[in-house]
Amino acid sequence: MSIETRKGRFGEYGGRYVPETLVPALEELEAAYERYVGDAEFQSELAYYLKRYCGRPTPLYFAHRLTQTLGGAKIYLKREDLLHTGAHKINNTMGQVLLARRMGKRRIIAETGAGQHGVATATAAAMFGMECEVYMGSEDMVRQELNVFRMRLLGAQVIPVETGSKTLKDAINEAMRDWVTNVRTTFYVIGSVVGPHPYPSMVRDFQSVIGREARAQIFEETGRLPDCLVACVGGGSNAMGLFHPFRDAGVRMVGVEAGGLGISTGQHAATLVAGAPGVLHGAYSYLLQDVGGQVHPTHSVSAGLDYPGVGPEHSFYKDSGRAEYVSVTDQEALEGFRLLAQTEGIIPALEPAHAVAYLRTLAPTLRPERSLILGLSGRGDKDVQHASRLLSP
Amino acid sequence: MSRIAETFARLRAERQRALIPFVVAGDPDLDTTLEILRTLARVGADLIELGVPFSDPIADGPINQRAAQRALTMGVGLTDVLALVGKARADVRQPVVLLSYYNPILQYGLRRFCIDASSSGVDGVVIPDLPPDESEELLAAARPRKLDTIFLLAPTSTGDRIRFVAERSTGFVYCVSLTGVTGTRDRLPEDIRDLVRRIKSVTPLPVCVGFGISTPDHARQIAEIADGVIVGSAIVSLLETPERRLERLEAFVGDLRRAIDTVQVGEVRPS
Repeated sequence: MSIETRKGRFGEYGGRYVPETLVPALEELEAAYERYVGDAEFQSELAYYLKRYCGRPTPLYFAHRLTQTLGGAKIYLKREDLLHTGAHKINNTMGQVLLARRMGKRRIIAETGAGQHGVATATAAAMFGMECEVYMGSEDMVRQELNVFRMRLLGAQVIPVETGSKTLKDAINEAMRDWVTNVRTTFYVIGSVVGPHPYPSMVRDFQSVIGREARAQIFEETGRLPDCLVACVGGGSNAMGLFHPFRDAGVRMVGVEAGGLGISTGQHAATLVAGAPGVLHGAYSYLLQDVGGQVHPTHSVSAGLDYPGVGPEHSFYKDSGRAEYVSVTDQEALEGFRLLAQTEGIIPALEPAHAVAYLRTLAPTLRPERSLILGLSGRGDKDVQHASRLLSP
Repeated sequence: MSRIAETFARLRAERQRALIPFVVAGDPDLDTTLEILRTLARVGADLIELGVPFSDPIADGPINQRAAQRALTMGVGLTDVLALVGKARADVRQPVVLLSYYNPILQYGLRRFCIDASSSGVDGVVIPDLPPDESEELLAAARPRKLDTIFLLAPTSTGDRIRFVAERSTGFVYCVSLTGVTGTRDRLPEDIRDLVRRIKSVTPLPVCVGFGISTPDHARQIAEIADGVIVGSAIVSLLETPERRLERLEAFVGDLRRAIDTVQVGEVRPS
């Protein structure tokens, strides 16, 4: 299946809808990325840091108690939660920061929702001795206090964003405004498969290490490909990283979005389930918006999924039927959070807890000889405090 | 010839520069905006740039963000803005250019937008997050309606980009004075003269400069080098407080007008 129909487009989705000031910078980035993506020295440097510094490969773990509890397909967890900094985000920030160095940029900026991408960016910047500023919605700073402290400890400046809904969407707006202003010296490390071309393709490529490893690991363990892949989708980088290397195989793919208080309440962040195509943050993709094209405020218990847009390649997967997208509510996600903790001794981040929650619906529909891989994108340390206020033990 | 082209032809013949004030439609409400448009038309605007509020204005600084937010709180959308222009047409003869982010136009429908905009009396459109590379469908819809498409150039634009963008622009070219977002500034960027010269060397279109032009003195300096001066945030900021709003607007726009008119426009360049 041909994914990129023309440059920077997945079907009709994607593109480069940005102020003119940024167009030359995106062309420069695209050229640099195209050059280094096939450069053996760059790739081996990236592979070195992913292995020795980040802790790749991550295990593929057979979750036997979870499988037993739910009944049905064998459940394997791709353990991105075991990576350095606690989530898959570092796969991408290592790649982009290495690229920034090759391009001679000394200043790094990033946006963050849950703080995981901010921490992963601050980490890579600290390791390479680069200046780093992270934009974060002030509401998210409250929800993810621990990550704010981690970023500051790593030497990054965390800039509170007080506009709009004070969450991820507004942090991206503010990071883009910074980039427009400082474009000549600054590299903008986008944290998901969103934004203008070449970001969706570039971030996907950096995250595809998840799916490449998982594919080899499951094959080694079971002698065949899995029947299904399941991952949570906010912007969609961990899901795309897992899905993409399986795109040509007949493997079912399920993306789980944040259903918040329920789709019917309007208080959710289920972009692919309930949105319509539009342009936000540089790309044409599904979007939660009103009929006049104003972007809707979103709600999710999980800061990392609390975003009204989604990566354009997911929009293409949805329309072409290559993947299916569902949603689970805040309450169900919290139950998933507890379920994985109590059956496997693994506390997931609230983001992949959405995917865990959906397994309660999905796994029992698949026969026991079937297998599925769940993208466990991050660990729950950052969420424990927040969850303790919502859950009684 | 479009109303915008006619305006610049007349200004050129009269050896004058265009003053282009910008305000956000619906800030603080539509009735006030109507009064503001009438005032601008009366006190010396040559063209008027009218902002369509959007929830995520990535090219705007805090002043215009707040204005858009106030308008959105009033529930103002593109449909209301088009109706407002229609209403203003009774008193406003100057060209009106809409400044809108792309998504509201896209959701309205490109073809329908171009038809309704031109029949409401809108003369052109500036879309800060739509570079001409992505504008094929808009251009196809706008051309038959004689709606001018004004694209932006920036200090980062290369020679190739300048040519590419200018070729797809009609009416005038919008030169962004600085690398940054809209907002008031203490001084003008030093390289603006060179940027305008680079643009003028490849296109016969009028070049108007915006972003950061905050005082009558800034306006005068820009009038020395460009065909038009776009003043946004300084005006929007002045309108934020309600006391004697229209009087203060009239005084400030009058000052801008006089500052621009002190400039001796040299040889009329053949077009």
